[in-house]
Amino acid sequence: MSKGLLAVAMSGGVDSSVVAGMMRREGREVVGLTMQLWNQRRLPEIQTDKATGRCCSLDDVYDARQVAQHIGIPYYVVNFEERFEEQVVKPFVDEYLAGRTPIPCTLCNNFIKFDQFLEMAEGVGAEQIATGHYARITRDEHTGRWQMRRSVDSSKDQTYFLFGLQQEQLARTLFPLGGLTKPVVRQLARDLGLPVAEKGDSQEICFVPNGDYAQFIDAYFRERGIPTAEVRGEIVNREGKVLGEHTGVHHFTVGQRKGLGIAAREPLYVIGTEPMTQRVMVGGNGDLLRASLAAHDVNWISISPITAPIRAQVKIRNKHAAAQATLSPGSDPSHVHVRFDEPQRAVTPGQGAVFYNGDLVLGGGWIEN
Amino acid sequence: MNRFYFDHNASTPVSQEVLEVLVPVLLEVHGNASSIHQDGQIARHRLESARRQVGDLLGCQAKELVFVSGGTEADNLAIFGAIGDGCHLITTAIEHPAVLNVCAQLGIEVTYVRVGSGGVVDPDDIRRAIRPTTRLISVMHVNNEIGTIQPIAEIAKIAKEAGILMHSDGVQAAGRIPVNVTALGVDLYSVSGHKMYAPKGVGALYVRKGLKLNPLLYGGRHEQQRRAGTENVPGAVAMGAAASWLAEHGESEAIRLAGLRDRLEQGILERVPSVSVNGGAPRISGTTNLCCEGIEGESMVIALDLRGFAVSSGSACSSGAVEPSHVLMAIGLTRDRAKSSLRFSLGRTNTEEQVDALIDAVAASATHLRKLSPEYVAHV
Repeated sequence: MSKGLLAVAMSGGVDSSVVAGMMRREGREVVGLTMQLWNQRRLPEIQTDKATGRCCSLDDVYDARQVAQHIGIPYYVVNFEERFEEQVVKPFVDEYLAGRTPIPCTLCNNFIKFDQFLEMAEGVGAEQIATGHYARITRDEHTGRWQMRRSVDSSKDQTYFLFGLQQEQLARTLFPLGGLTKPVVRQLARDLGLPVAEKGDSQEICFVPNGDYAQFIDAYFRERGIPTAEVRGEIVNREGKVLGEHTGVHHFTVGQRKGLGIAAREPLYVIGTEPMTQRVMVGGNGDLLRASLAAHDVNWISISPITAPIRAQVKIRNKHAAAQATLSPGSDPSHVHVRFDEPQRAVTPGQGAVFYNGDLVLGGGWIEN
Repeated sequence: MNRFYFDHNASTPVSQEVLEVLVPVLLEVHGNASSIHQDGQIARHRLESARRQVGDLLGCQAKELVFVSGGTEADNLAIFGAIGDGCHLITTAIEHPAVLNVCAQLGIEVTYVRVGSGGVVDPDDIRRAIRPTTRLISVMHVNNEIGTIQPIAEIAKIAKEAGILMHSDGVQAAGRIPVNVTALGVDLYSVSGHKMYAPKGVGALYVRKGLKLNPLLYGGRHEQQRRAGTENVPGAVAMGAAASWLAEHGESEAIRLAGLRDRLEQGILERVPSVSVNGGAPRISGTTNLCCEGIEGESMVIALDLRGFAVSSGSACSSGAVEPSHVLMAIGLTRDRAKSSLRFSLGRTNTEEQVDALIDAVAASATHLRKLSPEYVAHV
């Protein structure tokens, strides 16, 4: 392993703090960097009193700085707000408006953490970066290919959000927590005497207070002076019969049951949205099942692009238990057809389809409409 | 690792001669300067000596100085103290936040006069902005980011003719260029201790004799009822000592710094391609602000810091991240060019050897950062 300067992405949370502490204890020369991604003073109407657990709050920066001081490393806050808005927030909003359900964390990994951050780290003299992600990076000794494996702590595994990582990014990245469980990480935080050892985990999309993304999108529109009245539309069943009205397709995601405001004998679920007509389609539970999906912009991590069908397990959202499927190459290596052995509920356009073989992350792509 | 400090416009280290008078005051002068007993009188005596020393540096009577907590308070007191309801204020787009953010809070009409690419305000633009209701003009003497010197005497003359009060934020000027507030003709003038080798937490506001000023703080009758709160005697004494040193040595030090600054600027311009100087003349001797095309100033500041050099880029937001300088954008730089700019500000601790080491470090970091910058590669 190269022993040059290592840049640790520090959020002020337990995980990345432990990474910095571990690397320092191992004798690495470490610089701590916190990415300022989003100005939490924006969109004041949706702010809550609870500012913790969200990225870039002053409390988190304070905590990260305390940790850096405690372990004795240089520390800086770097301003990535413009890039984050361009590459993560705007696409997030646009995807919802296009009737899809995006994953901002994957965009952030692809375009911020493992792109601009990696570049900034190199700029300040760090050849490698380390983050607090729960995933493992290994190397195939025969092919020289960098591979990604699930975290040993399956409840914390974050490989679903990392399917976009390229070989040259993996080559310069360390995930020191991938072989540890969360309780062990917390114990390490205590052993290292870190001031954040007992801090709670963050759960939500970092820039969206309370996880209410529809409210966020409404506020984001208002900030730009776009009236939300323009995005109203109809709720229809499979036969096209109008059952009700809604205040924007961004309030709905495939599989959603709450918030439809329609009385029906059978439980109704969102089975799709049609942004062109602003229509939301609803149906019964059975209408949510899909036997196959098409994935685009597929990135292959642990294996080279497939040229013939292979067997794999496929995850279609973070909390999904990977389902057995057959992957077939599409018209080009960036397209893959996935046929599940058993139909899967709520295959949602805009989410990722991530391919596994046991622990190994083969690759992944975005679910098409 | 040796650390070389090139950020004297942000703050200066406390000098040896200041420390030598400050420590005994902290140890021995414990009285409250407002008390009637001997202990209080000793404190009062030290406070008033210090006031005379600062007055000598600024060319005013001691009585015309109010000690405050620093430059920000001096600016707040000057502006809040001078304006009234329904009046109009003129300032410039390149002021320090201690003036700009006060103006934003006033709830009165404010004209922000623009400056050209040279970073020097045109007095005629100030004259044209005057309205019948204009009550105060506030223009900084020296800009903190590009070091340009503003024509305060001319502007003060315009103000006087129009019967308008004139304030100048002189935080970056005092001790760096000759300042005589009486000759300048200003009514109010702010200075700060920690920009002149005294500690943080002390500053002063010059208030022309006879000028009525509303207080910012209410409490005891300190500082001729202009600034309530027990006097910071150690801070004032330190500032007095710093002022005395500068009154005697400021001019020769400025000449020395001009030589170092030119050596630094020339060295970087010769060694690093596509670098330009932000702002024009006249400017103070210790400041240079350079735009290095295709380089993130933020990365450069960190890279230089890790090599032991303290420099700055833009202004720090509340988290400590860097935002592009409003001053550079006000003098016409694009956002990208403002983000690619670095400020080097020199002071008493700097030597030729340090400057040469800094030139080497800037050249090495610039080469490395540009290798990583696709925009720059495409540009050349």
